[in-house]
Amino acid sequence: MPVLLARVDDRLIHGQVVLGWGRPLGLERIILVDDEVAANEWEQELYRMAVPSGIEVVFATVAEGTRQLGEWHRDRRRTALLTGEIEAMAALHAADPGAIHRINLGGLHHQPGRSERLPYLYLTDAELARLDQLVAAGADITAQDVPTAQRTAVEALR
Amino acid sequence: MSESLRGVVVGHGSVAVSLIDAAEQITGLRGVLTAVTNSGCDRGTLEERVAGAVGSGPAVVFVDLAAGSCLIAVLRRLRDREDVEVVTGVNLAMLVDFLFHTDLAPAEAAARAAESGTGAIRVP
Repeated sequence: MPVLLARVDDRLIHGQVVLGWGRPLGLERIILVDDEVAANEWEQELYRMAVPSGIEVVFATVAEGTRQLGEWHRDRRRTALLTGEIEAMAALHAADPGAIHRINLGGLHHQPGRSERLPYLYLTDAELARLDQLVAAGADITAQDVPTAQRTAVEALR
Repeated sequence: MSESLRGVVVGHGSVAVSLIDAAEQITGLRGVLTAVTNSGCDRGTLEERVAGAVGSGPAVVFVDLAAGSCLIAVLRRLRDREDVEVVTGVNLAMLVDFLFHTDLAPAEAAARAAESGTGAIRVP
């Protein structure tokens, strides 16, 4: 079973992922690709607390993710792959465009320089341009915080 | 004289504001509890909101869920604070009890608030 959900969400593993997406997708594994969390076992325990015991949680750096993506994609377990930043997801897409074809923008919140595109999605112009590049490279990118919400294409975010 | 004990409620959406409003209506005690929402912010901003609400004095921080973004922000920012206690699964009974016991040390106030909150969960 391929990666069912490749999501960019700056809150990383939280209720929308575990419950909102996890239940309808029947997730068996969540892979968090984040350099900071991958280096901090204490924080990893915090994120494991948010996940039911039947779902495996894997932590990896971006470099590890680009190496292991093919293996993750071939695994039979129903998997969600998360990053907290667009650039990390872009690196994974570049490593294996077939494994990371559909990209979900689940939550990027306000920071200086970002402007609101959707209530849960704030982007700088440079981040939007990066998304355009990914679309041009073949990625299917939509914004959707929870499965019951409407999907919004990148073109509609400007 | 020691600094007075504060309470901070951290939760998803408007849950913290609503719980505090109800607790203040019941007790008539205002200005002790501060609400923090995770709406519209990333992890770093939420941590800043939590730190700003707690301030530098003793406090009990009530969190809505026993896992997730709110608890992670609270623990990341406050785990080294010996004068701050964290209680998860906040409910109205818990906050009412806390408001009547702000003269206690954070650990004592947190323990009894948690007990009151747990005791309020029943299937009558």
